[in-house]
Amino acid sequence: MAALSPESVRQGLAVGLLGLVLAGAVRLASGARLEPADLVFNNGTEVQTLDPASVTGVPEGRVVRALFEGLVVKHPRTLEPLPGMAERWELSEDGRTWTFWIRDGAEWTNGDPVTAEDFVYSFRRFLHPSTAAYYAYQLWYVRGARAYTRLPDELFYANSASGCWLSRTEDGFIRIGAQEYALAALADDAVLELDAVTGRLAAGAGELTLPAGSSLGALRPGPASGRRAAALRGAPYEATGDGEQGSWLAETAAPVSEAAWQELLDSGALLDGPAFRTQVVEPELLGIRSPAPGVLEIELNAPTPFFIDLMGFYPTFPVNRRCLEEAQARWPDRWEIEWVRPENIVTNGPFRIAERRVNDRIRLVKNETYWDADSVALGSIDVLAIEQDSTMLNMYLTGGCDVIDRVNTNVVQELMGREDFQPTAYLGTYFYRVNVTKAPYDDPRVRRALALVIPRREICEQVMKMGQQPCFSLSPPGIGAYLPPTMREGDLEEARRLLNEAGFPGGEGFPPIEIHYNTSEAHASIAQVIALAWQDALGIRTKLRNEEWKVYLDTQFNLRYDVSRSAWIGDYGDPNTFVDLMVTGGENNKTGWGDPEYDRLVAAAAVELDAEARLELLRQAEALLMEALPILPIYSYVTQNVVAPRLGGFEPNVLDEHFPKFWYWMDDAELAARRSAQPAEWRQVAPHGPAEGLYSPAQQRARAEAR
Amino acid sequence: MWFAITLTVVMGVSFFLMKNVKGGPFDSERALEPAIEANLNARYHLDWPLWRQFLHYTGPLNLDEKGWFGEGELAGSQPLGGVLTGDFGPSFRYRDFTVNDIIGQSLPISALLGTVAMMWALALGVSTGIASALRRGSGVDLALRLAATGGIALPNFVIAGFLIIAFVFLVPLLPVAGWGSLREMLLPGFCLGLVYAAYISRLTRTGMLEVLSQDHIRTAYAKGLAPRTVVMRHALKGGLLPVVSYLGPATAGILTGSLVIERLFFIPGLGLHFVNSASNRDYTLAMGVTILYTVLVYTLNTVVDLAYTLLDPRIDLAEEA
Repeated sequence: MAALSPESVRQGLAVGLLGLVLAGAVRLASGARLEPADLVFNNGTEVQTLDPASVTGVPEGRVVRALFEGLVVKHPRTLEPLPGMAERWELSEDGRTWTFWIRDGAEWTNGDPVTAEDFVYSFRRFLHPSTAAYYAYQLWYVRGARAYTRLPDELFYANSASGCWLSRTEDGFIRIGAQEYALAALADDAVLELDAVTGRLAAGAGELTLPAGSSLGALRPGPASGRRAAALRGAPYEATGDGEQGSWLAETAAPVSEAAWQELLDSGALLDGPAFRTQVVEPELLGIRSPAPGVLEIELNAPTPFFIDLMGFYPTFPVNRRCLEEAQARWPDRWEIEWVRPENIVTNGPFRIAERRVNDRIRLVKNETYWDADSVALGSIDVLAIEQDSTMLNMYLTGGCDVIDRVNTNVVQELMGREDFQPTAYLGTYFYRVNVTKAPYDDPRVRRALALVIPRREICEQVMKMGQQPCFSLSPPGIGAYLPPTMREGDLEEARRLLNEAGFPGGEGFPPIEIHYNTSEAHASIAQVIALAWQDALGIRTKLRNEEWKVYLDTQFNLRYDVSRSAWIGDYGDPNTFVDLMVTGGENNKTGWGDPEYDRLVAAAAVELDAEARLELLRQAEALLMEALPILPIYSYVTQNVVAPRLGGFEPNVLDEHFPKFWYWMDDAELAARRSAQPAEWRQVAPHGPAEGLYSPAQQRARAEAR
Repeated sequence: MWFAITLTVVMGVSFFLMKNVKGGPFDSERALEPAIEANLNARYHLDWPLWRQFLHYTGPLNLDEKGWFGEGELAGSQPLGGVLTGDFGPSFRYRDFTVNDIIGQSLPISALLGTVAMMWALALGVSTGIASALRRGSGVDLALRLAATGGIALPNFVIAGFLIIAFVFLVPLLPVAGWGSLREMLLPGFCLGLVYAAYISRLTRTGMLEVLSQDHIRTAYAKGLAPRTVVMRHALKGGLLPVVSYLGPATAGILTGSLVIERLFFIPGLGLHFVNSASNRDYTLAMGVTILYTVLVYTLNTVVDLAYTLLDPRIDLAEEA
């Protein structure tokens, strides 16, 4: 320290500070360069990623739908599939094979044409385990897709669809098991047994083949030997594990030398995981093909009526193979981050990305090479990441933002009745899960008593206040032709009687209920209202327990609760997205409840061809659920968008999905016309946007003709 | 080297504490299929034992590549990588960015905001502190001290709320939120600086009172120097010593941003990440900001020690020699 003169310290400090200020100033200057966008909307948070295969959330969906386009696009109001990258499509007689014809002239932003091969590549990538896509299971309706995601690449496989897998343990023993595709081809009751003399695995009705010419010597049975095919299907690849664990069928009696193993690998009778995928699974077992240029064929396990909707669901949107492969070659260890950077990413949607600043904004600009660019009006869009409710509303009110996606319940009263705030039904329900593995909640009478006295109207009108509707089923109303079966009505008397019958007259002896929720003002208010009702009406004491989000999820998943606050938003416009939740052992069941009859109905609905009969099966299943009540329905959601009155093409719909492709600014004349058509009591507010409007080339031509 | 030891301890403790909290980065309302969750965990090495994750993250061993170490648990390891080479890894929450990208984008913003705030804080704090000290016991002193206490006691989001109502909605002078121009910095800078201003004011007052009662000040007055010169040239240097020692950690705090102010004014700074990365279980980003903060506090404390030698001749060994 003594060596430093005060001058040099002073200089160092000055230089350091100046450097910081300069760095900030440079960022500031680069920020100032951005021209204001034609439209600014708030997305509520920073998106997790732009990779369509890896996204899951609503905010991500909004951006991905602007950047990419799938086989179909959705009608902004009805959500019916409209031609997108596919010009037309056809469903086979048996309802199991979809054929898509890819549009001529659709282009990627790097100039490549969009082909059927792009979709084959993208779907395989979406399903591949190394992509680790959250939503991969959405494509598991495709034949062979589930096993494709679950197939471990580190094992070795016999070169055949009905073959075995092999792996060599650390001490040199070779273990043999049946791979998932082979298991799927066997009858449920086929018993898997090893023939110790021939080294073949006989499997009842079917047969598993070992690699040709394998000279493994004597074999001894493994823990899964003698078990039925059906029992093994859940976990066919547990190669490790000693004694009773593992799902391998046989093991060599003696260690196999490194050289002998290598010889077996070299003989060509065995394929490693990646080779098995490309040589056996992809051509033969996976139902995704391009039989001719421009034609994409997808074969399903069973008729799935909503499959076409999934093709308009953002995780199934395609990516550009060349873009990814070039990134992989150029940045072998961080291509996953590099390819999505604005300067590298290649997209095919109505907009392309111009700039991205983390936690600030994404600047989208119109993609002039998009096939339908003629119908796109907006030249640029800013997508903001404001998280704070009050800030986004302030931004909207001062004109800094044209669309915001939610409002705080505190200000709802002020906003209700404004023309820019019109909540509509949204495909989501708010409900309480009940832990049915725990007494006294294992008694359906107790659950029904609890469900009957929930003051739903009070919650909707005095706590939520946005027009949420009391709900008496798991699926909310508004899914096309499906009318959800509601829980039987009943009064206070019945609730008290049920509780009495269950052995708790007047709530006496009932252990205090703990209401579990994640930390949030609204959840706390609702829990208090319900707690009070249970106390007053049934004489049951309650406790509230709030937990931080991730801890809450952990608690719920592991069934360490009595009653737990929950919600579900539909992924697509079909009751299956709700009813499927509660099948026995489902990941999202989280109540411990199960009913074989329910499972049977849901499974039967999945293969039912007739649309009406299918909905009837789902209705019967949900009726069972509403009789058993492992969940206590509370209310159904509404949308909370605040939308600039001048903005056109922003249509309300049950999935609250919006499509920037269709957005435009109305001119004063059109705005006046819209206002005269809306109810007179709506309060008019500042319309935002340019007075002369902003229309797409197609709209401009139509308007010129009309004049 | 104390610095290395401190950093290692900080990293170790926060790493193992964080990993022991329930919930993981991939948990969401939609529970994952077990097969997909396993794939995700494998991709981010969350399936490894903790000690191995720690070594991989901090960097004595880069366990990603093949080669170097032969058999056993460490097969395929390579020395060096991770934090040691300045690589904080990919973020779990912001999956299109590395932690380095995020810090690189948001630290300058927070630092600039912090500088504006610090300027407000110093300008307000020092001037009111001096005024208070010179008019000790007067109405001005009382009012300023009350204001300072208020500044410490009132949370800055309350003050920010009042100021937004005043300067955005009642008198539309300033933009309500956002980042990019000087006008957008004034309000958040002021709100962020206010607490610091209050502390600085009190510290300046105390420091000045102490110095003003000392012999060399009386000598200066006795020599007939103008009061202004006495205060600015002789008293202030010593009177600011407590402020300077406070400035070290305060600067580290203010430069790394503020969750509340950044959320409220929609500023894409670093402050957001201190809290959000923990609740998102974004292990790498949480570690990144923790390490950054540790380094900043350490550096700035050292700078404060150096600055002492400039302000107090008694501490300056160099000049004595």
